[in-house]
Amino acid sequence: MGLRLSLRHFHAGLLLLAALCIALGDWAIGSHDPSRILWRILHGAITPDFTNTHEWLPAMGSTIAFAMLGVGAAWALGLLLSLVYHWRLVRWCCASVRGVHELFWALLFLQVFGLHPLTGLLAIALPYSGICARVYAELVEETSGLPERHLRASDRFSRFLWARLTQAWPHIRAYSGYRMECGLRSSAVLGFIGLPTLGYHLETAFRQGQYSQAFALLYAFFLLIGTRHWWLRPRWLPVYAIASLVWLAHTSAPYLSLQPSLLWQFLSHDIWPRALLAGNLAATGDWLWALFHDEGLPGLFNTLLLSLVALVFTLAFSLLQFPWVSRHFVRTRWRWLGHALLVALRSTPEYVLAYIGLVWLGPSMLPAALALSVHNGAIIAFLSGQASNTLLLRTDTPAGIDRYFWTVLPRLYRTVLAFTLYRFEIILRESAILGILGIYTLGFYIDSAFEDFRFDKAMVLIVLTAGLNIVAEISARGLRQHLALRNTPEEI
Amino acid sequence: MKTLLRYLAITLLLAAGHASADKPFVFTAIPDEDESKLQERFGQVAAYLQQELGVPVRYVPVKSYAATITAFRNNQVQLAWFGGLSGLRARELVPGSQALAQGVEDAAFKTYFIAHRDSGLTRADTLQDTLRGKTFTFGAKGSTSGRLMPEFYLRQQFRQAPEDVFSRVGFSGDHSRTIELVMSGAYQVGALNYTVWESAVAAGQVDTSQVAVIWETPTYPDYQWSIRGDVDAQFGKGFMDKVRAALLAMKDPALLAAFPRSGFIPASNSDYQPIADTVSAIGLIEE
Repeated sequence: MGLRLSLRHFHAGLLLLAALCIALGDWAIGSHDPSRILWRILHGAITPDFTNTHEWLPAMGSTIAFAMLGVGAAWALGLLLSLVYHWRLVRWCCASVRGVHELFWALLFLQVFGLHPLTGLLAIALPYSGICARVYAELVEETSGLPERHLRASDRFSRFLWARLTQAWPHIRAYSGYRMECGLRSSAVLGFIGLPTLGYHLETAFRQGQYSQAFALLYAFFLLIGTRHWWLRPRWLPVYAIASLVWLAHTSAPYLSLQPSLLWQFLSHDIWPRALLAGNLAATGDWLWALFHDEGLPGLFNTLLLSLVALVFTLAFSLLQFPWVSRHFVRTRWRWLGHALLVALRSTPEYVLAYIGLVWLGPSMLPAALALSVHNGAIIAFLSGQASNTLLLRTDTPAGIDRYFWTVLPRLYRTVLAFTLYRFEIILRESAILGILGIYTLGFYIDSAFEDFRFDKAMVLIVLTAGLNIVAEISARGLRQHLALRNTPEEI
Repeated sequence: MKTLLRYLAITLLLAAGHASADKPFVFTAIPDEDESKLQERFGQVAAYLQQELGVPVRYVPVKSYAATITAFRNNQVQLAWFGGLSGLRARELVPGSQALAQGVEDAAFKTYFIAHRDSGLTRADTLQDTLRGKTFTFGAKGSTSGRLMPEFYLRQQFRQAPEDVFSRVGFSGDHSRTIELVMSGAYQVGALNYTVWESAVAAGQVDTSQVAVIWETPTYPDYQWSIRGDVDAQFGKGFMDKVRAALLAMKDPALLAAFPRSGFIPASNSDYQPIADTVSAIGLIEE
């Protein structure tokens, strides 16, 4: 009983907070004639233009190469770290590296390595290692302890390898495949800040209003992601890795020069507050306070505001859309249609969706919240639909709306909510990032600091963002436990 | 495993071979307008420089002003077509680097403030109080004519930060996009590079019944070619002078249209002192 009560409280609190956020935020439709722009975008969607494919095909190669090497490194490192994930230091290091979004890592490395391929590789490999380590460790944790008891005499490593890892392996493989999909999305998005991947051309095409070309790029990307299960075979991985290495070395030949002195200067000088370097602690305090007050606080406020509204929208979107892929509502013959739509929405990075939204609706939080909820909602709707397919209904169950509200939803709701709360951490990370597009979340201030070459400022704000993500991760876990929502799906 | 290692060794050799191949002279330009045309615009400039300098020359496109500066700092490009502010920052970060040449127009550059007709704003000799409460977009965050100068004059006129003068302040990303956003009504007012405006109007890309210039700033020095101080060591003695001579000798209208400028004249680091003064006046670089 107490449990049900707290779920009700949770909903009341969430809706109240979201209403407050909507009242306080900036939700205006800024563009003059959104329907005309939407029409042009839709027209681009049905008339994709593949005539200049030769211009962006190399970018496709680089997108795959960055993802392959970056995620590959993260798999290996994550697996190693999962072995020692019970060490507090390792846990904290992993939490901090994954607290910083790959785009922020890329902005940082861009300053030190320029357009050298290391920028893209490290930007993916670092946070992904932290994520893989955590998830692998959790998957290993969830395995049965029975076999281990029979190997008590062996060393820790053998026990991990033979008693735990072997059980968790199928799950680890499935999750790793999903990580590669995420890696491809991240790699594509890195192009928006200047790396030579698909995002580079996508940004240009959308910015210039060449929607037919933009959709050609998007469709090619969908094809790449949609066929993942066919081409991502473990035995081909070494070949892919070598091909990626050769490709990156070949395409980034002019950028291969590196200046180690710059790295040192960046670490020892650029990222530290000037007053601190001068030894003036009081001035450092004033500077930090002013920065927090003028940029950190508004950024934090807007980030939270956007992600809370996006969370509620996501939940609503998922609840509305899961019937499309559920056998209880749509015949097999038609289910592929809903399936295709959800896969397309989930394959499009939220950053790209937000960019399209901004072009369509003008600058405000509205397109950002829509993008976040459509992308994340599609993922959750897809998983929830699949979960609903495992439900067995009575033979005399009602159909249509009645079936939805009285039979399926009561049994499925907890699962949908659990998925949504899992996604909250991701929504929050992305809310901060969308600031780079000009919404006043933390990413806006971080991007501005980089553009102004104030790396000390950028550093403080990035640390603040990472702190926010870590707090969110801890409290989301607490909340799930409190609401007794335990369900670790592999693709969340 | 052995074959794998062998493959890896070959790969690394290939990669190393690429790195040590005849080093080209690389240049870039800030992405200030129509990005899809950058390669087209500067590809022919690369061909011209290659012919004049006798070394392989490559143009590489970049996405942001900051990335242009970083590439220059990392010696991934040795020459760049910078704006006033980005050039200043780049030369501060690379000791010994030089402003080589500027466009004829750059000695006395200016920013246009443009407004949509529906805003009710009209042309005036100063920034009017009627601007208050309107929505406003700069260009890129690191732009001289789209950010630094308009912000300076806004602060001077209103004694307030732009965020406090306008109801909404945005950054369009580049000058062409500023025109588009004001034309679509997404922002009522915008500030941009006057040459981009003039050439867009001349090309018939602006609906001048909807959008008009409402104020122009006093003049200031802007775009310039800047080069790293160590190019003589990298490409041979006298290389910097050769580059300057090649830039100043660029007369082909098709090449000059890439900038768009009517020709190039010599420039020096000290020409950009007014930009440095403006920067410290509005505290973009606090010391």
